[in-house]
Amino acid sequence: MPKDHGIGAAPKRREDVRFLTGTGQYTDDINVYGQTYCHFLRSDVAHGKITSIDTSEAEKMPGVVRIFTGKDFEGLGGLPCGWQVTDKHGAPMKEPGHPVLAQGKVRHVGDPIAAVVADSLEEARDAAEAIMVEIEDLPAVVDMKAALESGAAKVHDDLDDNLCYDWQFGSEQEAVDKAFAEAAHVSTLELVNNRLVANPMEPRVAVGEYNRANDESTLYTTSQNPHVIRLLMGAFVLNIPEHKLRVVAPDVGGGFGTKIFHYAEEAFVTWASRQINRPVKWTSTRSEAFMSDAHGRDHVTKIELALDKDNNFTGLRTDTYANMGAYLSTFSSSVPTWLHGTLMAGNYKTPAVQVNVKAVFTNTVPVDAYRGAGRPEATFQLERVVDKAARELGVDPIALRRQNFITEFPYATPVAVEYDTGDYVATMDKLEEMIDRAGFEARRKESESRGKLRGLGINCYIEACGIAPSNLVGQLGARAGLYDAATVRVNATGSISVMVGAHSHGQGHETAFPQVVAEMLGIDESMIDIVHGDSSKIPFGMGTYGSRSLAVCGSAMVRATEKIINKAKKIAAHLLEASEGDIELKDGQFTVAGTDKSVAWGDVTLAAYVPHNYPLEEIEPGLEETAFYDPANFTYPAGAYACEVEVDPETGKVTIERFAAADDFGNVVNPMIVEGQVHGGLAQGIGQAMLENCVYDESGQLLTASYMDYAMPRADDVPFYAVDHSCATPCTHNPLGVKGCGEAGAIGSPPSVVNAVIDALHSGGHKVEHIDMPVSPHRVWQAMQG
Amino acid sequence: MYSFDFERPTTLDDAVKALGQDEAQALGGGQTLIPSLKQRLAMPSKLVSLAAIEELKGVTAEGGVLTVGGGTTHGTVAAEASAYPALAALASNIGDPAVRNRGTVGGSLANNDPAACYPAAALASGATIVTNTREIAADDYFQGMFTTALDEGEIITAVKFPIPEKAAYIKFEQPASRFALVGVFVAKYSDGVKVAVTGASEEGVFRWTEAEEKLSADFSAGAVEGLSLPAEGMMSDLHGSGAYRAHLIGVLTKRAVAAAG
Amino acid sequence: MTKVTMTVNGKTVAKEVRGNMLMTEFLRDELHLTGTHVGCDTSQCGACVIHVNGQDVKACTMFAGEAEGAEVATIEGMANADGSLNTIQQAFQDYHGLQCGFCTPGMVMTAAALLRDNPKPSETEIRDYLEGNICRCTGYHNIVKAIMAASGQDVSAIAAE
Repeated sequence: MPKDHGIGAAPKRREDVRFLTGTGQYTDDINVYGQTYCHFLRSDVAHGKITSIDTSEAEKMPGVVRIFTGKDFEGLGGLPCGWQVTDKHGAPMKEPGHPVLAQGKVRHVGDPIAAVVADSLEEARDAAEAIMVEIEDLPAVVDMKAALESGAAKVHDDLDDNLCYDWQFGSEQEAVDKAFAEAAHVSTLELVNNRLVANPMEPRVAVGEYNRANDESTLYTTSQNPHVIRLLMGAFVLNIPEHKLRVVAPDVGGGFGTKIFHYAEEAFVTWASRQINRPVKWTSTRSEAFMSDAHGRDHVTKIELALDKDNNFTGLRTDTYANMGAYLSTFSSSVPTWLHGTLMAGNYKTPAVQVNVKAVFTNTVPVDAYRGAGRPEATFQLERVVDKAARELGVDPIALRRQNFITEFPYATPVAVEYDTGDYVATMDKLEEMIDRAGFEARRKESESRGKLRGLGINCYIEACGIAPSNLVGQLGARAGLYDAATVRVNATGSISVMVGAHSHGQGHETAFPQVVAEMLGIDESMIDIVHGDSSKIPFGMGTYGSRSLAVCGSAMVRATEKIINKAKKIAAHLLEASEGDIELKDGQFTVAGTDKSVAWGDVTLAAYVPHNYPLEEIEPGLEETAFYDPANFTYPAGAYACEVEVDPETGKVTIERFAAADDFGNVVNPMIVEGQVHGGLAQGIGQAMLENCVYDESGQLLTASYMDYAMPRADDVPFYAVDHSCATPCTHNPLGVKGCGEAGAIGSPPSVVNAVIDALHSGGHKVEHIDMPVSPHRVWQAMQG
Repeated sequence: MYSFDFERPTTLDDAVKALGQDEAQALGGGQTLIPSLKQRLAMPSKLVSLAAIEELKGVTAEGGVLTVGGGTTHGTVAAEASAYPALAALASNIGDPAVRNRGTVGGSLANNDPAACYPAAALASGATIVTNTREIAADDYFQGMFTTALDEGEIITAVKFPIPEKAAYIKFEQPASRFALVGVFVAKYSDGVKVAVTGASEEGVFRWTEAEEKLSADFSAGAVEGLSLPAEGMMSDLHGSGAYRAHLIGVLTKRAVAAAG
Repeated sequence: MTKVTMTVNGKTVAKEVRGNMLMTEFLRDELHLTGTHVGCDTSQCGACVIHVNGQDVKACTMFAGEAEGAEVATIEGMANADGSLNTIQQAFQDYHGLQCGFCTPGMVMTAAALLRDNPKPSETEIRDYLEGNICRCTGYHNIVKAIMAASGQDVSAIAAE
């Protein structure tokens, strides 16, 4: 029987009412008295030397308040990278400067050259057209392998070449070499993990406001982590101390990773508002977003899988080129390394695993984390090569996976992580039950009767979420701790505000987090509100990404609530004239164990704030507690996914007929929200597999600069999904036993789509080994032509 | 957008007068023009909306000809062109519902986007484009992508589509824009078959005369089996090479014939 | 400047506006009705869908001047008279048909237009009608389900519940 409240229940989302009535408050809905509007003049060439900028005519244009260029930022810092990766020779990664406005050179189409601040947006745009910029074109570096050839143009003149780092990780060389030397079979695959644009439906917006009276700056911004922005922007870019800087991320219309990072526009409006003493607002257009939001993925990989004569996986080796774009975005360097290499063992007990990654600068928009971040890239290559091995060996792809599953936990992989729990057999069993594999042949025949090819693709995945133990990531190069924080503020009459460092931009924290506190206290959820997204209201927080909100910030909230309970029990003991050790809290009542003596939650909270009868000599009045929680390990959600497709052999068009996902997220607080997260992730993974592709031409021009060419998944591209999360092995090291569910769908779904298409083509006699994503009609048709 | 004046006349005469002004531009449904204005790709001094001119609206069928007012929206054509079902079906699949409620047949034909649907219908139907000054045969009207026989300030007041015995339009959508990657309109008249192709050629919409000859002799999918067009001259982009587009034309033509029955 | 007069959510409004003012700007900046969102500049995402004279249109691809004399309805006017959610809005909440909420106003307005013309749409008809509304959060599953439920159809057999 499903619960109707607390952990495991699915109450309707309280945030929905404002969104459904048009009364949400997104950043672009904020207008500050006296505000100006900012328009960025952006580079239309990929690579060039700025020889002159003449703003004199533009400055005379109507409505212009001030025009800024890179010169104005010379004394200030650049946008920092938050993760120092060390290369295989022990040297630090190359870390070129990332100016707020271009200085001397432009390095990608969209690189901001100047910013016009005017009384209206149209006036700012008019004036931007009157700025005379002379740029001497330089050869653009677009292809990663070409970028590393000697003689290639350099994206950054102060570096020796375009290599950011050459990283190696995993088993000893000898062990890997031995596995391949002794292999009975080696499957090899070269593939591309296509470049994507996150495309949250709300474009980025930033509003900077300066209060001269107290020397305080406020930034309203579309961020997943306002405290991180405050830290990075205040400390590294603008030199504003944190107590003079407030960052607010109000309702945010989706993030998917691309709103984690600190962007030039945020720093610009904050700084410019101080210079002109008026608020400055910038609202991105979608076209601007395509050339200024950090992109995702963009790996080129060769993967080799060694198997012994019994089809046991014995070795895995990968060589990846990872595109960094023109500058290092906030967490860019960690994505192809610690968020990718550490997952290369997958769900399998392969004893020797080696990962090689070359990170490359190119004249393209910076590339950083996008939903899954590194883990989709790992999953895709691994699950594609396993499928290829099964086909080459003529064995069942599910049986081959089952044979190699890790079955005992905890399990230390050859790539440094320790999986605490999991049951990959259970999720695969569940998946097989969900997809009616027995009925597949009949469905295939039915498709064939209509001239179509049908294919079934499956894959497993594992991810590392709940990012992350601070001492570990510190050793790996992170320049921040990755704990989170929560304050539980109990008011006199018993209602509660919980200030959390996580940020909700679709995840439903305002509904799910109170379920946890309500369960712990035995009070009604309606008495509890979540406060998030404002650095002036919350103790601290690292924000929401890496499927971490509940596992990390939720754990902090649990710890703070435990402190509340401890203190409340002391007060209750006093009121009940009993020993603190005898007090039990159940259903909002404090009871002396074994008696009918009790006092209600509200009486205790009132006593805390009206301490007339109160143990003042032992404890302070008031009832408010803060906890910081630093996770002991990552969490490891895992599962098995299946996709069934139909291919039109005449046109190459692929349609998804069925999709099933069996996930292990550990414990689940709100199954409705969890399922919704999986649905959304699946659509993004299916989008990557079938539709989405960010493409630059050889000269560095962005060919997919709008929804006219960048194919977003729409309602008729996807089916109803079958999802299940009943195979739960709770996380062993956080108080809720939760693992995180936000990224699984995007991580787990692409390989099964491609595996299914390959399966369909083989059924039609087309011996196609691989098609790079997206498996567009054109590409499928081309593959069929041989 | 650059700044411009906005006028919304209620009669054709007033619209023609307004468009006489230097750099004035007509605004149909705006579904293509407004996005390009946002990109600052056009700088009109004045936009003259044709949406309030009742005489430009409506669908009538008479004497084997379906006449659609130039200001008629795709949505209205979809709902009211039952005398020419293939045309109604085509209209019902342009863009999305909100776009169909604004976009007009006149606007589409005046723009002549190489991936638009209506040009294929007009060409395959041997339609007549009626303007405020003259009548233009479809074969003379389309003059390459985004280029038509219209003069400056000339307004499409109606399009006359002779109603065929059988017809069908099959569109293979570009995955992002949902415009036609290739669209083929096949229309069978008593005096022969016309086949018009959109989305494919660098020259814009065109008639596939070889297919027309075969189908005029034998209106069956088998009649065009094996018939193909060269890849040269076909558009080639991210979403499809010239060879792929040429291939699709063959596939879609067969499917259109089959759908026409 | 052009003078425009129209009815928005039942109230008559008259304003002097720039010739190039879009309906999105008119609603958001002039009337402070910020529920109508702008998610793209190529008329594709549908976050700005409103009703003009009963028809669903994209407010980002229409000038304020084109709505002269029109009856305009926006998301702010969709709730019941007592402020409670209407049937479609309620179904979106009941079936978790929204996450970040940014595309939601357009989705609700589009769904309302669909159900008026087609009171019991099939799954395929719903997906087809949503062609011009992009959602990045929900994977559409629960949006389609919510619209089916709002039309009185039994959705209990749909996968994953």
